Amino acid sequence: MTQMPGTIKAAAMTDTKISARNVQVYYGDTHAIKDVNIEIGARAVTAFIGPSGCGKSTFLRCLNRMNDTIDICRVEGSIDLDGEDIYDSRVDPVQLRAKVGMVFQKPNPFPKSIYDNIAYGPRIHGLVRKKADLDEIVASSLQKAGLWNEVKDRLDGPGTGLSGGQQQRLCIARAIAVSPEVILMDEPCSALDPIATAKVEELIDELRENFTIVIVTHSMQQAARVSQRTAFFHMGNLVEIGDTQDIFTNPVDKRTQDYITGRFG
Amino acid sequence: MTEHTVTAYDQELTAVAGRIAEMGGLAETLITDSVMALMTQDLDLAQRTIAQDVRLDELLLDIEMRNVNIIARRQPMGQDLREIMATGRIANDLERVGDLAKNVAKRVIAMDSGLKSKTLAIGLEHMVELTQSQLKAVLDAYTRRNAEEARLVRERDSEIDAIYTSLFRELLTYMMEDPRHISQCAHLLFCAKNIERIGDHATNIAENVYYMVTGERLTDERPKVDETGAVTGQGA
Repeated sequence: MTQMPGTIKAAAMTDTKISARNVQVYYGDTHAIKDVNIEIGARAVTAFIGPSGCGKSTFLRCLNRMNDTIDICRVEGSIDLDGEDIYDSRVDPVQLRAKVGMVFQKPNPFPKSIYDNIAYGPRIHGLVRKKADLDEIVASSLQKAGLWNEVKDRLDGPGTGLSGGQQQRLCIARAIAVSPEVILMDEPCSALDPIATAKVEELIDELRENFTIVIVTHSMQQAARVSQRTAFFHMGNLVEIGDTQDIFTNPVDKRTQDYITGRFG
Repeated sequence: MTEHTVTAYDQELTAVAGRIAEMGGLAETLITDSVMALMTQDLDLAQRTIAQDVRLDELLLDIEMRNVNIIARRQPMGQDLREIMATGRIANDLERVGDLAKNVAKRVIAMDSGLKSKTLAIGLEHMVELTQSQLKAVLDAYTRRNAEEARLVRERDSEIDAIYTSLFRELLTYMMEDPRHISQCAHLLFCAKNIERIGDHATNIAENVYYMVTGERLTDERPKVDETGAVTGQGA
């Protein structure tokens, strides 16, 4: 009795990029994340799945300290990025978020030109001195986001004038522009049609060569398609994490089994 | 098993499982009838057995279509996905079992003279009993979702292989004793081979039931005891 021959451990953990230990999150009196321990591999896509309110988005938002912006939110435990605690008092959250970028559920381009949407980050972080360098970053970011050919002739046009799918890829390009190491995506395709979704998924697959990607998704099929590892959250607990293939064909925990097969009561 | 949130999904899976059960029952009947026809030289029963096989083909197609539909509409995951994959293969095996039983029935018609010696058939009868109990056990394992029972079925297949080997030798002896036996013994030999193949399909089903239940493959090598090649000095 062995594993199926197909169960190649190709998706096994790469080097650890993010390591969270004993993470607790409280919203006021509500214990939203309960003692989560997780290792997230570098240059791979990790998907967080689970029913609404399970804490997957809350935990995702801990990874670049987005929860700091919520007054009643308290985070305990430690989250290391490349071995350094991101909750250390010496860490500047703004610098952290340049390293750990984020893409949201609803495309949210700035009410500016396509060019300025991308240029905004590099400008405020002082990444460039010359206009030519900025042009270069804008072009390469849009290329990496697979949007260049669609917008190269209208960079001065408003970002909000693009279609929903294009806007989301613009937001991904904007996240890439500051050369992050990690990109967090919170249901990036839930407002997109299947074709736009496929383009974003194709993009995610390309980006994982250079970035560590963590994606929260309500679509299990999407998690199955884009990720190498999948983590299942339930009621604030990390129930199970494993190679995506194993999670979707032969999960260990009964709760995971029930969730992925659509049996949740 | 907890039920799906979507009730129709459960109904679809249950419908497939019900058809597997129907195929299983039909396959068992076909074996019983074809062997009965052989032993009693009942040409009528042989004809009816051949005609019954059509239903197995229909059920196989029906199950395949249902599974395709479930995959397209439900995107099954986890145990459901394994169940869909396993039932597809199990249905295929059961359809083949029907074909093999049908072949036995065809032999009954092809054997122009009646069965001259019942002793020739005794070994075959024993083999059939074992094969039938194997098929029954594996269908029970499927219904009960019992991986351990399925594993045991797989292990017992070597007994059928052993009987087949000895039957082969026995029939060969008869043929050498009296050339007038050759035609009948050749027919019986083909019947025996068909029954032995049915045993192999029971083993396939056992492997699929095991995978369906556990998510793991049975891969340890079973001893192969088809030594008929050793008798003739070449492949049987």
